[in-house]
Amino acid sequence: MTGAPVLALRGVSKRFGAVQALTDVHLEVHAGEVVALVGDNGAGKSTLVKTIAGVHPIDEGVIEWEGKAVGINRPQDAQQLGVATVYQDLALCDNLDVVGNLFLGRELKRFGTLDEVAMEKRARELLDTLSIRIPSVRIPIAGLSGGQRQVVAIARALVGDPKIVILDEPTAALGVEQTAQVLDLVERLRQRGLGVILISHNMADVKAVADTVAVLRLGRNNGSFEVASTSHEEIISAITGATDNAVTRRQARIAEEAK
Amino acid sequence: MSTETPTTPAAPAVDPRLLVRKEGLAGYFDEFTRKIRSGELGSLPVVIGLIIIAAIFQVKTGSFLNADNLTNITKWIAGPGLIAVGVVFVLLLGEIDLSLGSVAGATAAITSVLSVRQGLNEWLAIVLAIASAIAIGALHGYFFAKIGVPAFVVTLAGMLAWNGLQMLVLGTLGTVNNPNDGVVANLDNYFLGDGDIIWAWLFAIVTIVLFAAGQLLDSRRRSAAGLPARPVSEIALRTGVIGVVVLVAAYMLNQDSGLPLPLVIFVGIVALGDFVLRRTAYGRQIFAVGGGIEAARRAGINVAWVRISVYMISAGLAGFGGLFIASQQGSADKALGTGNVLMSAIAAAVIGGTSLFGGRGKTWSALLGILVIQSITTGLDMVRAQQAIQYMITGAVLLAAVVLDSVSRRTQKSHGRG
Repeated sequence: MTGAPVLALRGVSKRFGAVQALTDVHLEVHAGEVVALVGDNGAGKSTLVKTIAGVHPIDEGVIEWEGKAVGINRPQDAQQLGVATVYQDLALCDNLDVVGNLFLGRELKRFGTLDEVAMEKRARELLDTLSIRIPSVRIPIAGLSGGQRQVVAIARALVGDPKIVILDEPTAALGVEQTAQVLDLVERLRQRGLGVILISHNMADVKAVADTVAVLRLGRNNGSFEVASTSHEEIISAITGATDNAVTRRQARIAEEAK
Repeated sequence: MSTETPTTPAAPAVDPRLLVRKEGLAGYFDEFTRKIRSGELGSLPVVIGLIIIAAIFQVKTGSFLNADNLTNITKWIAGPGLIAVGVVFVLLLGEIDLSLGSVAGATAAITSVLSVRQGLNEWLAIVLAIASAIAIGALHGYFFAKIGVPAFVVTLAGMLAWNGLQMLVLGTLGTVNNPNDGVVANLDNYFLGDGDIIWAWLFAIVTIVLFAAGQLLDSRRRSAAGLPARPVSEIALRTGVIGVVVLVAAYMLNQDSGLPLPLVIFVGIVALGDFVLRRTAYGRQIFAVGGGIEAARRAGINVAWVRISVYMISAGLAGFGGLFIASQQGSADKALGTGNVLMSAIAAAVIGGTSLFGGRGKTWSALLGILVIQSITTGLDMVRAQQAIQYMITGAVLLAAVVLDSVSRRTQKSHGRG
């Protein structure tokens, strides 16, 4: 992970009335890196993701995009920068076919009318490069299984050529086979040089695909780990707060790197 | 872990479990039967229904299929049919518009009062009246989309209020007769070229050529892009079916008085609506809002605007339909648009195959559905059935259509195509 991060959050805070949802949060995502964002319920994962996606503007701190400070105040701002978000409830239109859903809101046009041929061609190419198998690009979403819907939702996020993809619990409701497919897909996103932020409660998934794990606890950073050199237990204890020294250990590591 | 998956071979785009359609006409037939089995009935039930209705009344009266009767039916469907096209748009959102009958009545009243009593140019009166209908629709849409009042209640209030407006505009004198040979009067009476048979043939042939050319061009573009395309044999079959229908219609109309203007306008608007729904980004947005509001919103679609604009379309079309109804009955009066006008329009959209549950349907269902309803009404008139019987039979047909919609929806769900 060399070079400037594509996306960096520096000292981000967010308040909702009397609730301090995020306090001084730091997060870095590089191109070709999968960052797992973990934490207990209410730790601030969703809020953090929503600040990046432009749903909730931040109160304090700086969001840097490719090294430059940017303001993300609306979902459109995030989309224009190149942040694509796949929410947990997928948000696909059941009655539209796969092509219609992939290009919803950014249809390709020809003489002012929909260019179905070009859209279908690009949809097939996109699904092929991601090795996504679905029966046909012309069947309504209602006819697809849960796993297939998930991969369509992820593919939909890629239509706008984003640099960062945020996946909110992509494997939450999936079976063994489908989970493996989605994890494969996450790896393919990394191979294509995209930065991926993966929210998950499933440690097995996190260990399987993530490069870095960022732990949130009560709206604050509670450690950031290299997956390869960290044990399951260390991550769990950072999530639950069982180790009082997680923060100090991180700071020690940063101090060591600085030497 | 499995980070070193170097080059995953590209999976075949087609799932091995998918039933791949065979080439040629045999494949077309296979797919057709499979679709019917899985509940994708499309226009089939209504076409069969139409044939049965026509057969029954032909046997009963012996004159149902005569050219003059068929011409009358094609003239009468324009008014309620235009309202039904508006209903299709609203149903695609999964909503309902109960005010359309009153809007039709109010529009007709405004037009005739402006032109006859106020002496305004008739064209200007029509433009103003339709503009007020569209404004009424925008008002409904605003209360529904922005304030969040259920559409059912907003348009129910509209049904009462605009009926009141209609009475107010007409005043104590009530009925306003259409001026002879005026624009409104001609809407219903005029035949293209004063009945010259060339027009019906011309429209029929242009329709067939445009249909075949469109299909062939599309098929060529698809195969050039490496996508599965319709084989020429299938295009020939489809063009053949359309061709026979259009040519028979042209022949029958020419047996009587030629091509009626109301039919041309109605079919033209149905085709235009179909184009908007299937070929434009705006139409795609309507389907998206009908299929999943949250998904539509996240895709950046302005849901409120789509809703408001659809209510504007439905009210505008209802106003236009009101002019045809006024033209047909010779006057604008307080009763125009009341009674079963609204119910016929909604029934037509549903009978034609547009789903009450939103997100599925096409404007052609308004044409097919209103043909069914008008055929029943005309046929029952010819056998001198009482109005009571007419209502009961139309009600039964509507119920049958909704049952078919619900059952086909359930079958589609169980076949994974809901």
